[in-house]
Amino acid sequence: MENQWFTISVYSENSVGLLNRISGIFLKRHINIESLNVSKSEIEEVSKFTIVVYTTQDWVRKIVQQIEKQIEVIKAFYHTDDETIYQESALFKIASNLLFDERQIQNIIKESHAQIVTVARDFFVLAKTGRRFEIDEMYEKLEPFGILQFVRSGRITVSKAKMPITELLEEFHLNN
Amino acid sequence: METLKAEKKEKKTKKQLRISGAEAVIHCLLEEGVDLIFGYPGGAIMPVYDELYKFQDKLTHILTRHEQGATHSAQGYARISGRVGVAIATSGPGATNLVTGLADAQIDSTPMVCITGQVPRHLLGSDAFQETDIVGISTPVTKWNYQVTKAEEIPTVLAKAFYIAKSGRPGPVLIDITKNAQFDELDFSYEKCTGVRSYVPEPSPDVKEIEKAAELINNAKKPYIVWGQGVILGEAEKELQDLIEKTGIPAAWTIMGESAIDSDHPLNVGMVGMHGNYGPNVLTNECDLLLAIGMRFDDRVTGNLDTYAKQAKIVHFEIDPAEINKNVKVDVAVLGNAKETLKLLLPKVNKNSHDQWKAEFDKKYEEEFSTVIKNDLHPTKPGLTMGEVIEQINLASEQKAAIVTDVGQHQMVACRYAKFKQSKSNITSGGLGTMGFALPAAIGAKMGAPDREVVAVIGDGGYQMTIQELGVIFQHKLPVKIVVLNNDFLGMVRQWQQLFFEKRYASTELVNPDFVKIAEGYHIQSKRVSKREELQGAVEEMIRSKEPYFLEVVVEKEDNVFPMIPSGASVSDIRLK
Repeated sequence: MENQWFTISVYSENSVGLLNRISGIFLKRHINIESLNVSKSEIEEVSKFTIVVYTTQDWVRKIVQQIEKQIEVIKAFYHTDDETIYQESALFKIASNLLFDERQIQNIIKESHAQIVTVARDFFVLAKTGRRFEIDEMYEKLEPFGILQFVRSGRITVSKAKMPITELLEEFHLNN
Repeated sequence: METLKAEKKEKKTKKQLRISGAEAVIHCLLEEGVDLIFGYPGGAIMPVYDELYKFQDKLTHILTRHEQGATHSAQGYARISGRVGVAIATSGPGATNLVTGLADAQIDSTPMVCITGQVPRHLLGSDAFQETDIVGISTPVTKWNYQVTKAEEIPTVLAKAFYIAKSGRPGPVLIDITKNAQFDELDFSYEKCTGVRSYVPEPSPDVKEIEKAAELINNAKKPYIVWGQGVILGEAEKELQDLIEKTGIPAAWTIMGESAIDSDHPLNVGMVGMHGNYGPNVLTNECDLLLAIGMRFDDRVTGNLDTYAKQAKIVHFEIDPAEINKNVKVDVAVLGNAKETLKLLLPKVNKNSHDQWKAEFDKKYEEEFSTVIKNDLHPTKPGLTMGEVIEQINLASEQKAAIVTDVGQHQMVACRYAKFKQSKSNITSGGLGTMGFALPAAIGAKMGAPDREVVAVIGDGGYQMTIQELGVIFQHKLPVKIVVLNNDFLGMVRQWQQLFFEKRYASTELVNPDFVKIAEGYHIQSKRVSKREELQGAVEEMIRSKEPYFLEVVVEKEDNVFPMIPSGASVSDIRLK
């Protein structure tokens, strides 16, 4: 089986230590987490982990089974890129003088649909949201002029198919 | 003035319900029906011990001689009784000493709750005296763990701990309680936990899958059952026996499943795995249907997965969805508690017999008997074998004893040759292979089933890993029978060195103390035998004794355990010599 990109979505209770438990599952199998994002979800008091891995279907299935086994995990899913809508965000901090000295930078900003978040005397900050390759492209274009700081977020994803967490929780409340 | 009075009154009645966190811990244990716990005191857990002192008429605390002993005792207690074992320790080293027992209970699915003291909340993260991040350390080896920092959390958290430890696929839970939470007061009320919204203990069985399984069973020519501890944990022994008898399917067990079905049942064909029986291993690769019931295809069972039961359809009866297709790809997965799924399956299978197929197991047994078993049980050479000692225990105890084993050659021999009539009788460290398990586990087993004969069978290596627990046997005059099979070697490692490392016996030969004298030091009746003619009498005397008894049997130094599937080989390549 070939390696490919998978996004694992984990709906869980918001409890201290769960991140440790989940990362341990990857550690044990020597599978590198390519990106990780933890946030609130569409359901009150339910957290969502979005984890990106590059591995085989067999491994991702086993990992998801192990994640789901954790007491505080409500449900875990995995999807290929085709099955999801996904984005990443990046911030670029660049010296302000370049905005005036290097005309090309303004074109890059326009072409890549980046936003200027702030402009200060010494630096300005660009924000770019999109696919990884779009951010990489913008990085490559800006890099020759000098980037003071760069940071990129973990991938965030929504699946095309339903992830029926609310139903699961309702079912539990009906039975208990 | 009136309101002030009322407030005062309310405060007064409330005060009666207010207890310390430490006292709440005891009440929670009592609410869960716990009357016996194992542990070791220390600074950060002292408030709880102070309450134990006050409640000693209701809750017995056994002071083990090491915290590891407390976990294994709690495990032995749980394994023989089916109840949750409880161990308690202080912070820091007390807590880290629990880790081996937690890992053992995790891999062998043993219900256990460990309670540890922790430094006060305001000192957390400050590298305080005896502070250690036990929640972080124990995460990979617990089913669930939690740090309590407020007294009022204690009832709900402990209720959840017991529920999680016991329900579904059981496992160990660790609750770490900061010292301030033990001292602070709370309004106590207890409600048993009946569900956790993010946790499904048992998947509900899918009738369609059960029908598929029944169809495969009804059409199979050479069906074969391998059951594991899931049958014992799910108390599905009767359902399994009914299935075997109705369908006439030969059935073998993993080491953790032993004793679920009478050893002498005609369709019980023996043990699978690395040192299991010949037929059950070889015929795994000849059956046309493999029914795996409450077992998890451990590598010691399957050998090389690429050549494991490839010709067969495989049906997996399993409570834990994470086990499905983990090691072996299966054709049908029946999720759920074994008792429930087997009950649903039973009316759907046809009455049948497979005499010809069963005869193949008998034939293989004959081969194994003449090459291996005969020499193990009825040796003609002068040195004593481990096998004949087990045979004498079978005879003297009329197959009624619970046998608690450690890890290594003696364990494999005991599991191969011990005979049982009752379930929950084989207590061993199967998954983790923890040397030092047997002595404390036997203590827990005897306390969990005081009416049963409990015989610990231990090697001379493992015995010395937890030998200090003799102190518990002595202090409580606990009639545990201890058999040390002494070959002055770490026998299993030595066997591998002989077979795979050209007899380079690196650090496996032991210079042992006088074990009889050590037992005498604890005032435990003891004897050493080294001759065949002394063996039967000594074992009988030991079994007859109403007191603790230590028997050292000097066995042949360099015997090997066969059959054996060399590591990485196929089950069908099992060696008889």
